[in-house]
Amino acid sequence: MEGFKSLIVILLSSVLVNNYVLSRFLGICPFLGVSKKINQAVGMGVSVTLVMLLATVVTWPIQHLVLDNFGLGYLQTIVFILVIASLVQILEIILKKFSPALHQGLGVYLPLITTNCAVLGVAINNITDGYNFVESLVSSLGCGLGFLLAMVLFSGLRSKIDESEVPANFRGVAITLIAASFISLAFMGLAGIVDNLFA
Amino acid sequence: MLIDILTALVVVVLVGLFFGILLALFVHFFGIEEDETVKRIREVLPGINCGACGFKGCNDYSEALAKGKCKPNLCIPGAEATATAIGEILGVEVEEPVDLVAFVHCNGDCTATVEKAVYEGIKTCKAASAFYGGSKACTYGCIGCGDCAEICVSQAICIADGIARVDTSRCVGCGLCVKECPKQVISLVPQETKTAVYCNSKDKGADARKACKNACIGCKKCEKTCLENAITVINNCAVIDYNKCTGCGVCAENCPTQCLKKVFFPDLPEGFTMN
Repeated sequence: MEGFKSLIVILLSSVLVNNYVLSRFLGICPFLGVSKKINQAVGMGVSVTLVMLLATVVTWPIQHLVLDNFGLGYLQTIVFILVIASLVQILEIILKKFSPALHQGLGVYLPLITTNCAVLGVAINNITDGYNFVESLVSSLGCGLGFLLAMVLFSGLRSKIDESEVPANFRGVAITLIAASFISLAFMGLAGIVDNLFA
Repeated sequence: MLIDILTALVVVVLVGLFFGILLALFVHFFGIEEDETVKRIREVLPGINCGACGFKGCNDYSEALAKGKCKPNLCIPGAEATATAIGEILGVEVEEPVDLVAFVHCNGDCTATVEKAVYEGIKTCKAASAFYGGSKACTYGCIGCGDCAEICVSQAICIADGIARVDTSRCVGCGLCVKECPKQVISLVPQETKTAVYCNSKDKGADARKACKNACIGCKKCEKTCLENAITVINNCAVIDYNKCTGCGVCAENCPTQCLKKVFFPDLPEGFTMN
């Protein structure tokens, strides 16, 4: 029961408190680039969630079975980059071959994620936080969902911005960044709620 | 020290090599070869993804072409050159594409029409038309907030005296403005058009005239005088069939409200220059 509780805490804290985009400021480029329309935002979010999970499945064993055993921990970053980039490429090839429909929906986002910092960040943070394999999986699922949540929220906000009359000087990137900072501030308000969830 | 550097180097090279080979294997066994024709067609298309062909973009159109699903002359910005290039790749005969340009069927500028209200809301045609069909008395004409100019890929549209005008020398005929206009006041006409109807009003003659002094009153005089039977009055507004029109101009001479006029592209107000 304790273990289950801790998994829930990990999941919720990675979705809400340590949201990768809004609290840790990783993965900002897809956050700003693909959040114009809600369906694109959802596509990107789902792809990122999938890739995060997949990356964790592969990188956790690599770290603990290979790198740690041979004292190569300092090569973590570069090895992870190589592994994740190749994985995403392989995933894309497989999707294209076996599920063209899914590839149409998610495939366009996959090349954009190959060296995304949020994905790499999840893989590395799972190691530094000392999670075991299951915890790592839950954490990366949470991070992916958090990314999806941030994307969807922000795309809603951006469609509102599109409809409103923005002062000429703030149009375009400026107002987008301001909106992003506000939504990030709002998420900061969630800090601490998870710690006291089961208290 | 040296050993450390060498280990790092060897490990990274090995990992890279391993994944390189893995990827190559995957491409070999699972890869789908991209159709060579699709690639070649996409290279000759303009690549501005305007959607005038009716497909989602140049990519989509080239795929449909390679499958033989559609004609090679649908690309309007690319015009004849692109059509012949595609024809060569596919080895088919190409019918000559018609050069189309956008035309605003309205002459209700600020001197002709009456403002029924002052609109101070969001400055887009879509928003303005949601409020009682726009601020002008005529609810069929151009609102003049410039949604079309905003979406135009070639900066060919300007707002002059409160209505949109198209610089036909810049217009590529993609038809984005046609889709964007909430009043459907823009349509695509052949580039060599000689006469055109400058009105979109479906109101009955008297009402149309009250709203705008340049309106088509649906008197059917043009319909009767046209030598080629190219004009029909549909819903109180004259419509020219450009497949029949020879551009003789008889209709323009007989139109009592001057809404059916001879046009000389680029149809811009005198002394007006696009910036």
